[in-house]
Amino acid sequence: MARTLAEKVWDDHVVRRAEGEPDLLFIDLHLLHEVTSPQAFDGLRKNGRQVRRTDLTIATEDHNTPTLDIDKPIADPVSRTQLETLRKNCADFGVRLHPLGDVEQGVVHVVGPQLGLTQPGMTVVCGDSHTSTHGAFGALAFGIGTSQVEHVLATQTLPMTPFRTMAITVNGELPEGVTAKDLILAVIARIGTGGGQGYVLEYRGEAIEKLSMEARMTVCNMSIEAGARAGMIAPDDTTFAYLRGRDHAPEGADWDAAVAYWRTLRTDDDAVFDREVVIDAAELSPFVTWGTNPGQGAPLSASVPDPASFDNPSERLAAEKALEYMGLTAGQPLREVAVDTVFVGSCTNGRIEDLRSAAEVLSGRRVADGVRMLVVPGSVRVALQAVEEGLDKVFTAAGAEWRHAGCSMCLGMNPDQLAPGERSASTSNRNFEGRQGKGGRTHLVSPQVAAATAVVGRLAAPADLTEVTDVTTPAGV
Amino acid sequence: MEAFTTHTGRAVPLRRSNVDTDQIIPAHWLKKVTRDGFEDGLFEAWRKDEEFVLNRPERAGATVLVAGPDFGTGSSREHAVWALQNYGFKTVISSRFADIFRGNSLKNGLLTVVLPQETVDALWELTEADPTVEVTVDLVARKVLAPGVEAPFELDENARWRLLEGLDDISITLRHEDDIAAYEANRPSFKPRTQAA
Repeated sequence: MARTLAEKVWDDHVVRRAEGEPDLLFIDLHLLHEVTSPQAFDGLRKNGRQVRRTDLTIATEDHNTPTLDIDKPIADPVSRTQLETLRKNCADFGVRLHPLGDVEQGVVHVVGPQLGLTQPGMTVVCGDSHTSTHGAFGALAFGIGTSQVEHVLATQTLPMTPFRTMAITVNGELPEGVTAKDLILAVIARIGTGGGQGYVLEYRGEAIEKLSMEARMTVCNMSIEAGARAGMIAPDDTTFAYLRGRDHAPEGADWDAAVAYWRTLRTDDDAVFDREVVIDAAELSPFVTWGTNPGQGAPLSASVPDPASFDNPSERLAAEKALEYMGLTAGQPLREVAVDTVFVGSCTNGRIEDLRSAAEVLSGRRVADGVRMLVVPGSVRVALQAVEEGLDKVFTAAGAEWRHAGCSMCLGMNPDQLAPGERSASTSNRNFEGRQGKGGRTHLVSPQVAAATAVVGRLAAPADLTEVTDVTTPAGV
Repeated sequence: MEAFTTHTGRAVPLRRSNVDTDQIIPAHWLKKVTRDGFEDGLFEAWRKDEEFVLNRPERAGATVLVAGPDFGTGSSREHAVWALQNYGFKTVISSRFADIFRGNSLKNGLLTVVLPQETVDALWELTEADPTVEVTVDLVARKVLAPGVEAPFELDENARWRLLEGLDDISITLRHEDDIAAYEANRPSFKPRTQAA
């Protein structure tokens, strides 16, 4: 029978199938971090259980780590305890850990792919909803709760009820200046924050095939913002080229065997998706959010919508509450919205290509007076690469702050937060009320829009900027 | 896990859609390494407002949350479920739940019940008009009952059985240890390992 990519990967991981029960799926890679794992390790201890496959498990510290003064003891005792708990748990149970200060430390979803641990056709889980990121490699990757973390630690499996499948076909080419972030924000605005519930999304079509691996990760990363547990892209030569030579990529005969298998991981021509959405790439433009959920977005060229324009009463009420919280008025052009803070980073947009594109916009320019810009690389490796390319100098010369790797202001768990009423343009993934700090207001944007916004002080795209005339600033890119 | 069979209690009508997990339990609460003590963090930002429904004296001791669509969207934090349970909620009713939140709730014995939005509307009107009204969520009969409301609900039979029996997933899975070992023995050699086993 013809199958989709997701169904093929699923079928290859069924350990046990029985009528009336969920399938028991084998998990190829389990990623851990400090926030969602302590209670799971406690559960193992309480029941006298071990980690079944320490060789398929890896941990890093990211959510709760500082991005300044990382060589000093962590000031907040509760945060410090959480990191110390992870270190003790990993030591006690034999789990490989990349702690703060380690060269492989970073945001868990940046670290996995960078080490070559994320590969096509795998099942990847993590106690973090943005695990969908790894689907960019044609892996079935999804976020899980702490009870499931404990389950995977103990059994290396998960009982799962099959997902439905949805194709998101993006035809044509993305116009100049339109990025993977704009694309995924437009997809979420189109299908809604609940549109993907119960589905695995498969992104396909010409525009997707042309994306780099990092851009594909940005797209798959935000599948959860459309309500989907997972998003996938069929592996191709771009995927194989990215993987080849990485630390944990197969070598020699294993490489050939792997590629031969990976090439089978495509949706069959006659396979049927439960739902299909078609998007014309040519119609897309830089996209920003105006509200308090990631589905409340619009082209940068548009204005803040009038809640009365929503037919659905629940959406209308949500829009009214969002405008009130965001301090915006219906009809206000989005380009007139002034920001206090710009954040470039996160598992969505904290990779080297993201930093390059932000630096390209900032090169020879200055962050506007009164605007604070934070650049937080997704991992230490990304930071080192950026330094090698001189990007850090571009950021600091422009007046931005160059920080240490971590999740940082994406979720505001560490000291990097918005003050009440402050407004940010952020390359992260969630614009929920208070997400980046109590009372903070978030507009989700691409790295290019973030950088242009930092220069203008209002939401802006690189095309809105005047030509650089100051050539004394190091170009760097 | 504590078993869930049937529960009767007063309700909190929460007329909001897209109640995300950052609203249910803000990130700064996630530094804790326990499963308890999250009750004060539940809806922390909204509870600063005296008029917020949870702060109303007539809602004290309520155990049934009736929320708008897309409840629990956002992060995978199971702390959201713990916070609701720590506060005293036994069950949440909505027309639509986010997948991960729903899975987390059922693994902890917090019954999440999906009802049509019209029924949610009816429960809102009923419990807003009379806060003393009791709502019964009966998992045995798979029904929600309140004065003038008798609403059947669906729940996957396997999930229902585990809730009714209060069964721990890990123990169930470990009964199939042989199947896991057999699968492991046949995994291709090109699959990556994080370290030597």
